[in-house]
Amino acid sequence: MSDLKPEAFADYARRCWLVFGAVACTTFLMVGASYAPIGNRTVVIGLVLAAAVVNAGLVGAFLMHLLSERKTIYTVLAFTAVFFVGLMGLSIWAQFDHPKF
Amino acid sequence: MQAETQSAPHHTAHQAHPDDLGFWRTYVFSIDHKVIGVQYAITALTFLLFGFFLMLMMRWQIARPGEPIPIVGSLLAAVLGDVAANGVMSPDLYNSFGAMHGTIMVFLAIVPLAVGAFGNYLVPIQIGANDMAFPKLNMMSYQLYFLGGVIMLTSFFIPGGAAQAGWTSYSPLATSIPTDGQTFWLIGMVFLITSSLLGSVNIITTIIQLRAPGLTWMRLPFHVWAQFTASFLLLLAFPPLETAGILQLMDKLAGTSFFLPTGLAIGGKLADVSGGGSPLLWQHLFWFLAHPEVYVLILPAMGIIAEVIACNTRKPLWGYRSLVYSALMIGFISFLVWAHHMYLTGMGTKIATFFQTTTMIISIPSVIILTCLLISLWGGSIRFNTPMLFALAFLPMFGIGGLTGLPLGFSASDIHLHDTYYVIGHFHYVVAPGTIFALFAGIYFWFPKITGRHMSEYWGRVHFWGSLLFMNLIFMPMFIQGMAGMLRRMSDGAVQYSELRVEGVTGTLSSTIIGLNQFILWAAAGLLLAQIPFIINFFWSIRHGQKVASDNPWEATTLEWQTPTPPPHGNFLRPPQVYRGPYEYSVPGYPKDFVPQDQPPG
Amino acid sequence: MDIPYTVQPRPDTGVYNAKVGMWLFLASEVMLFGGLFSAYILLRVSAPPDTWPQGWLSVPLGTLNTLILALSAITTLMAWAACKARMFDRYKVYQGVTLLLALVFLSIKAYEYRDKLTHYTVTLKDGRIADGHLVSRDDTTVVLDGQFVESRAHLMNPKRHPAKHEEIRISMDEVKRLQNYGPAYNTFTALYFTMSGLHALHILGGMLVFAYLWGPGSRMWKTDPARFTNRVEIAGLFWHFVDLVWIFLFPVLYLT
Ligand code: HEM
Ligand SMILES: [Cu+2]
Repeated sequence: MSDLKPEAFADYARRCWLVFGAVACTTFLMVGASYAPIGNRTVVIGLVLAAAVVNAGLVGAFLMHLLSERKTIYTVLAFTAVFFVGLMGLSIWAQFDHPKF
Repeated sequence: MQAETQSAPHHTAHQAHPDDLGFWRTYVFSIDHKVIGVQYAITALTFLLFGFFLMLMMRWQIARPGEPIPIVGSLLAAVLGDVAANGVMSPDLYNSFGAMHGTIMVFLAIVPLAVGAFGNYLVPIQIGANDMAFPKLNMMSYQLYFLGGVIMLTSFFIPGGAAQAGWTSYSPLATSIPTDGQTFWLIGMVFLITSSLLGSVNIITTIIQLRAPGLTWMRLPFHVWAQFTASFLLLLAFPPLETAGILQLMDKLAGTSFFLPTGLAIGGKLADVSGGGSPLLWQHLFWFLAHPEVYVLILPAMGIIAEVIACNTRKPLWGYRSLVYSALMIGFISFLVWAHHMYLTGMGTKIATFFQTTTMIISIPSVIILTCLLISLWGGSIRFNTPMLFALAFLPMFGIGGLTGLPLGFSASDIHLHDTYYVIGHFHYVVAPGTIFALFAGIYFWFPKITGRHMSEYWGRVHFWGSLLFMNLIFMPMFIQGMAGMLRRMSDGAVQYSELRVEGVTGTLSSTIIGLNQFILWAAAGLLLAQIPFIINFFWSIRHGQKVASDNPWEATTLEWQTPTPPPHGNFLRPPQVYRGPYEYSVPGYPKDFVPQDQPPG
Repeated sequence: MDIPYTVQPRPDTGVYNAKVGMWLFLASEVMLFGGLFSAYILLRVSAPPDTWPQGWLSVPLGTLNTLILALSAITTLMAWAACKARMFDRYKVYQGVTLLLALVFLSIKAYEYRDKLTHYTVTLKDGRIADGHLVSRDDTTVVLDGQFVESRAHLMNPKRHPAKHEEIRISMDEVKRLQNYGPAYNTFTALYFTMSGLHALHILGGMLVFAYLWGPGSRMWKTDPARFTNRVEIAGLFWHFVDLVWIFLFPVLYLT
């Protein structure tokens, strides 16, 4: 990336604060969702985690520049994601598939 | 370029160079990948020998339970005290030695030798780079590995001795043994894991970023691909074990119950823990690493074998692309098979089916690799030098190891075979006459590049035939013992379940099966003898071996042979440019039967 | 002899070495915390009913810390952008603010830890259970600011069974077991201390790097500003990852 001009810097700063606003909003959304008057606990947890995923998505996409990364990085992360899901999914599936469960 | 590097070894000109830095920064705190590679090699070979000695003592105890160990028995009694009273190995000591044998062999010997030594020394040169991408990090990886090794060794001498719960360290057993050995083991492992992580980041970055101009992905030597895949396995499979290690450390030190179930009783008394933990959680996290780890043990070995075979058959590898894709496939699937080590944990049928399926699928790329290497021999003008002998022996040995894995991969047959000597036979065929033979091949093959001298061919052959014979004599009987139902990890060699102790009960082990323990003991002693020529040959040849006739004594094509001997700091006299694939042997229309990768077309 | 692509990206991959290295390292970190979160879920789904605590941690403090970390992520980014814009003074300010925010985060965390470590459950020999914060304790008596509870299950959800605060004096002779809400208390506290502790260690590590880049390391600005800017970017990537982990730790430990 080339150098930033001072005007561009101010522009960039504004964008940063916008992202911060969005992150703060989803944080409050997360907290709010956890108090939602819904009887089913699983639904509440689902909502909270959905807000967390959005929040994390903002951090990844904008702060870590994942929106405009290179293929090399994407490839590494894609494999990592698969193995992450494999580790979590299969070990928990194994737990539920246990005859005594 | 060609003429220049071919003509004469550049000893004098380049040996003076490192001296500018002084002794410490040249040999101890070096950031040169070659020095670090050699450091890894020496340390790992020492651990390999040490791990072998541990097992020799254990084999004595198995074959002759309760008899003092000859030669070293009194020494053990003097150093370790009661656990080796009168030179007899106590069951506790047997457990310690067993756990440490596995740990040392896997984490301190084979992986550091395969990835640390061969990866470090060869990968940058084979891709035409002047060093690793992060030289200081590289030095740190070695130091962390060394420290981890020191911690593991220290644990032998603390009260209660080293860890006793096997290299797999299953909780709650590992947590409830009251001595500190396990704590040392865990701390040591954290060091070793961190070292591997830094090392793998370095190797992967180097391969992605520092390939010489013209060295496209499909022109990489297969060894580089193998190291690349193995490094990814280390990078992504080790962290969950680090997690598990931290959790077990918390169980040990902070009184948590991550792996301790509710109602756990130790020695007949209810344990004073909060409970609520899951022993299976440890097994999941452990095997999530440990299955990919077995491929970390085998992939670099396959890489080495591919190089040796291509060069010594004087023809291109058959199916280079298949080899590469198979290695990548192995890497990918190896993350999804781990629970085949857990069939006997009361696993449900759906998940067992899943893991049986993936396990069978992963054997396909292994077979493809073996087949490609085998077909590569067809029609070659084979040079039967020592490295090639080891490489040729690797093929059937790894074949036996892999094929005997299949019955273990099906839960129905594994129920009978699990935790018996059959499993020991299976994985040792893969790792000992498999991986270790490949590493020997690699050492004999690249020794001339590293030292400028050949190892003795005659003694190399003695080493080879001795090792091949005794390896098989040791491990083949284990299949028989295992199928007869003899369990592993028994400090009396399973005598307690044999007809020698319990008479008139059907299903006890016969005295023939128990008698094989004697046979294996002497075969193991023979294997020790067979290593002596290697050790002497290795050190003697560093100074007195026959000098290499040129920088490329095997007339090989890959870039490491196009450097001065030994390669100077920075490796290449000028930055290499690559024009062709890695195995252009016997290409029609060229004056010689090999075309180096950096030889311009025409 | 220099290693190529330490500053400029390699044309065909489009990245410089340290960036590849950092992303690879972060990938391994994903798996590290992946192991931890898997452990969390596995232990939680297999916990018997009424043994998983709810609302044990302070949501306001947790929210505050989440916002602090998010803010520090922004200042880190601004520090990097300032380097890009060749405004070294601004860089110093933003990097300094990041460090301070990280310090505040850790202080709040330490306060929360202290709160848990001084909170005790006392099991009496007659079977009664007392629960509350430790006021004082000597060889003869232990004084708690809390209440007697009917059963341990009541402790699991303070919202459903609000805590009373009375002074309870218990003679040491009556005490069968005295245990604080440390890692050994139950699976939840074990996970809480281990996960947030490991996260705090990451914060500490990030702070060390930032402190170096803010202090002695910033001399590189004069000799090699492009490389220095890369270093700031790489350190920032790590910091964002640490933020990302917290974004999942917060709901998992505080909210659900
Ligand atoms: C090619 C296909 C392979 C298959 C189907 C296979 C299958 C298995 C299975 C199912 C087990 C568990 C047995 C039990 O505990 O009951 C096992 C154990 C083992 N395998 Fe393999 N394996 C294969 C290749 C390898 C390779 C390439 C290596 C290493 C270089 C290896 C090393 C090991 C080790 C170290 C163990 C023992 C773990 C322990 O201590 O319990 N295997 N294998
Ligand atoms: Cu396996």
